[in-house]
Amino acid sequence: MRRELPLAICFIMGLIMTVQFFVPHHYSQWLFDNMLKWLIIVLTFAMILGIGNLVKLHLQKVQHRRRDWLYSIVALFGVTASLVTGFGWGIEADSPFMVLYNYVQIPMQATMFSLLAFYIASAAFRTFRARTVEATLLLVAAVIVMLGRVPLEGIVGRWLPDLAEWILDYPNMAAKRGIMIGIGLGAISTALKIILGIERSWLGGGD
Amino acid sequence: MHISTDIWIWIAAILTLCIYSFLYKDNPFYKFAEHLLVGVSAGYFFVIYFWNLVVPNLLTPLKTGFGTLFSGGGFTGDLAALVPGILGLIILTRLIPKIAWMSRWAIGFYFGAFQGIIITGYMQAYILAQIYGTFMKGADPVFSIAYFGNFFGDPSWGKVLLAVSGPLMIVGVICTLTYFFFSTEHKGFVGGVAKIGIVFLMIGFGASFGYTVMARVSLLIGRLQFLLRDWLGIIS
Repeated sequence: MRRELPLAICFIMGLIMTVQFFVPHHYSQWLFDNMLKWLIIVLTFAMILGIGNLVKLHLQKVQHRRRDWLYSIVALFGVTASLVTGFGWGIEADSPFMVLYNYVQIPMQATMFSLLAFYIASAAFRTFRARTVEATLLLVAAVIVMLGRVPLEGIVGRWLPDLAEWILDYPNMAAKRGIMIGIGLGAISTALKIILGIERSWLGGGD
Repeated sequence: MHISTDIWIWIAAILTLCIYSFLYKDNPFYKFAEHLLVGVSAGYFFVIYFWNLVVPNLLTPLKTGFGTLFSGGGFTGDLAALVPGILGLIILTRLIPKIAWMSRWAIGFYFGAFQGIIITGYMQAYILAQIYGTFMKGADPVFSIAYFGNFFGDPSWGKVLLAVSGPLMIVGVICTLTYFFFSTEHKGFVGGVAKIGIVFLMIGFGASFGYTVMARVSLLIGRLQFLLRDWLGIIS
């Protein structure tokens, strides 16, 4: 019963939400609108589990003086600072929470992503070799799109940004659409497997 | 040169430098910033979810619903918020090993409903909309003999691109899909079509790579501008 009941709930909810789409009634729309809100609320409670696990992990590291435990104090300080400022003063534009967000989180996040500019460039330098026709196409498309994004209009004219735009809009989009249709079919088949109880890994281990 | 006197600008600048120090090698400054980012981000998302989603969709309706109920107004639709509230509490049973199995009820509810939404949602957004977009641009078809007529009437690069791009898109999507179709061996005609699919995929990957590089470079420029303008005041 500990596994069968959740499977039954999953099946019934899956069926209801699939059928709901084809029922043009305001109750059906009410269900869909509310379900989206409900799922987000359940997700927020799941986030409590996630943050709880993060805090537990770092507390254990500090308690047992494991390797790099001092950094765990920093992580715990970060969580505490966000929660205390967020719940204590709210999230208005000039609140301490938003100051923390604008001057701590945003700069670090942007810097973290910008680090990739160096690594992506060094990876490209090491691996981009025009050994085959396919590799050459990849290299040429990448170079055109990169140069097309640089303001070189005064030197080479409009043709380079236009060409980059055309590559992004047509050959690139054709490949993307093919991939997206594949993703769609894969997601739908996985969803069907979950609803029908064929895919059960989400139940986890144990009884 | 006009160095900032704002303490928060200094904190942001020092944290930026701490992360860039990773370019040399993994070091204590980077680890400090990394752990701080993990902690602050986890707290941030929880607080944002709470104020923007839990308060308006759970706490406020419950307050209104119970307020009406206790003042003799009877049950209202607001009390429907009890459903996700109770499911949310059930999911927390995961923290108590003896009754952790109960959390599967809430997970089953979440998963089932979500997959139900995915079936129709993905069918619309990832399949039907993409097929429509392959053949149509807004209300106009991407492939039309009239485009070729326009080109031959008054030849120009713009018109030849307009005439050729649509058919190219259709051929590209079909060839890419053929490449991912593994029920038939990629030999003969199917193999040839799949090879054209690879050509489109390579151009697509190259374009995506180039686009990502430039996005990262613009972030890098943004950080350098912050350090040199907002913090050190070297550039204006």
